[in-house]
Amino acid sequence: MIFSLAVYAAPYSQEGSATALRFAESALKQGHQLYRVFFYADGVHNSSHLHTPPQDENNLPKRWKALADNHEVDLVVCIAASLRRGILNSEEAARYEKPSHNCEAPFNISGLGQMIDACVNSDRVITFA
Amino acid sequence: MKKILFVNRQAPFGRSYAKESLDALLAASAYDQDISVLFSGDGVFQLIKKQQAKGIEQKNIAATLPALEMYDITKIYVQASALSERDLKLGQLAIDAKPLSETEISALTQNQDSILSF
Repeated sequence: MIFSLAVYAAPYSQEGSATALRFAESALKQGHQLYRVFFYADGVHNSSHLHTPPQDENNLPKRWKALADNHEVDLVVCIAASLRRGILNSEEAARYEKPSHNCEAPFNISGLGQMIDACVNSDRVITFA
Repeated sequence: MKKILFVNRQAPFGRSYAKESLDALLAASAYDQDISVLFSGDGVFQLIKKQQAKGIEQKNIAATLPALEMYDITKIYVQASALSERDLKLGQLAIDAKPLSETEISALTQNQDSILSF
């Protein structure tokens, strides 16, 4: 089956973020395809590469990155949701003249249309709020 | 063409879901899919006509709702029991929404290809 995930949950605040990650890892392990993970609302915080969790805690951003690197999963962050929450890649930081950025590959910043495209091209879209 | 249902379950201003669902809904309208939207639970409060969001420096959700029709989103549903539990009447809503029973909601959701829940 082809899955896509919509993640609205912020890491470390809501369990939804970690559950989405475990769902993604399990689905791939069982031979399903993951078309896209779309990070929206507070879920965009999952894409910050400045997360520094204590060493004995779950490193969610690192695991998302591993998932993308090992399985070529498309990790897309909504641009409207991310800009207003201070999640910027180098292009957006330059565009808005900000001194730094905190989002980079494998997370891609793109539009809401990618969430609808995921609905069109997946058998199931699961929301993690 | 895929059937995509947006389900709005949260009150309008405490969290960002109402606004971000509406943004996604308007974006979805550009993709030529079969879009429906259901307001259920506290989500019915999003439909209330007389919102005074200015007092909390927010944009009025209900003011944007009439735009749905311009975006060809006409399948707008509301959970009938959620309205009655909150003593709300259809006349208090900013747009026309078709009230559905739990059985009808079950049929609606089973008939979808994708459900985006907010």
